[in-house]
Amino acid sequence: MTDAELTVNPAERDKVTTREGCALVTGSSRGIGAAAAIALARDGWPVRVNYRADEEGAREVAEKIASEGGSAEVLQGDVGDPAAVAGLLEPGEAGPVLVLVNNAGLRLDGLSPQLDDEQWQRVIDVNLTATFRATRAALPQMLRARFGRIINVASIVGLHANAGQANYAASKAGVIGFTKTVAVEVARRGVTVNAVAPGLIKTALTEEILDGEMTKAIPARRVGTPEEAAACIRFLASEEASYVTGTTLTVDGGLSA
Amino acid sequence: MPTQVTPESVEQTIYDGLVELGTDRGELSREATLEDLDVDSLDLVELAQIVEDVYGVELRGDDVKEVKTVGEVIDLVVAKAG
Repeated sequence: MTDAELTVNPAERDKVTTREGCALVTGSSRGIGAAAAIALARDGWPVRVNYRADEEGAREVAEKIASEGGSAEVLQGDVGDPAAVAGLLEPGEAGPVLVLVNNAGLRLDGLSPQLDDEQWQRVIDVNLTATFRATRAALPQMLRARFGRIINVASIVGLHANAGQANYAASKAGVIGFTKTVAVEVARRGVTVNAVAPGLIKTALTEEILDGEMTKAIPARRVGTPEEAAACIRFLASEEASYVTGTTLTVDGGLSA
Repeated sequence: MPTQVTPESVEQTIYDGLVELGTDRGELSREATLEDLDVDSLDLVELAQIVEDVYGVELRGDDVKEVKTVGEVIDLVVAKAG
């Protein structure tokens, strides 16, 4: 992982959080979630590293955080399972979850006429419904703390069409609408809710679809890194982003500009 | 362990919760309406969380949407927890 750009500048060490709470990043055993977990730990948050199947990846992320002097807890749980989501949000030793990054996601692509109900429902359950359930579980504690940061990982596919991803697009467009609505509901309590919409980022989710031809369509002429998406998540989770809410920040090298 | 439910303890919990949310204790009574006390929908969400923490009783949106007075909130919690 190339993450030098995420290291906290010694001059900014006093900006690390002193809040009594923790951060939860769903699906953080690899990719954008892993980079976000590491970035938030560098801002002083004890981080819950959640994984569904890749325990080894999650433990590597936690070890990386610990090696930098941060604190991480590894938690297994499939966010498609309502009981698992509730468990991930239980207040623990580090206090309530005050930063929630709804990152876990999957894609099961196919042209609309050929999508079966299971492909549709599973993608909606994991990408959209889990985001709602985790947000619902996190908000009461955030409201009482008069502070909270919810960052939902959407996609530019939720804003711009991409053939073969109707289920994924519907889930991510849903996440963006959900983000805006919750943001206005809770803004007066110091809780912000935003989305990031990554374009083509080099992760396991995109590995099989990336090719040289695709990068020609990107003004930056390259795919993004998980760390570049994580930097935006880190900003939206920061104290400095206190007046940013209900927005969707695209991270796509200019693809959707 | 959830606190034992008596109408008196619930009244105290609700009054304390409303004060925590910014209501003047002198304005509290069973007859006071939530509207007059400036208790908004988000305050009710927080009050529900306080009730859940103290009594282990979950109040959903449907439960509280018809509630108009502080007394009705107290009665609702007593009924749900009893």
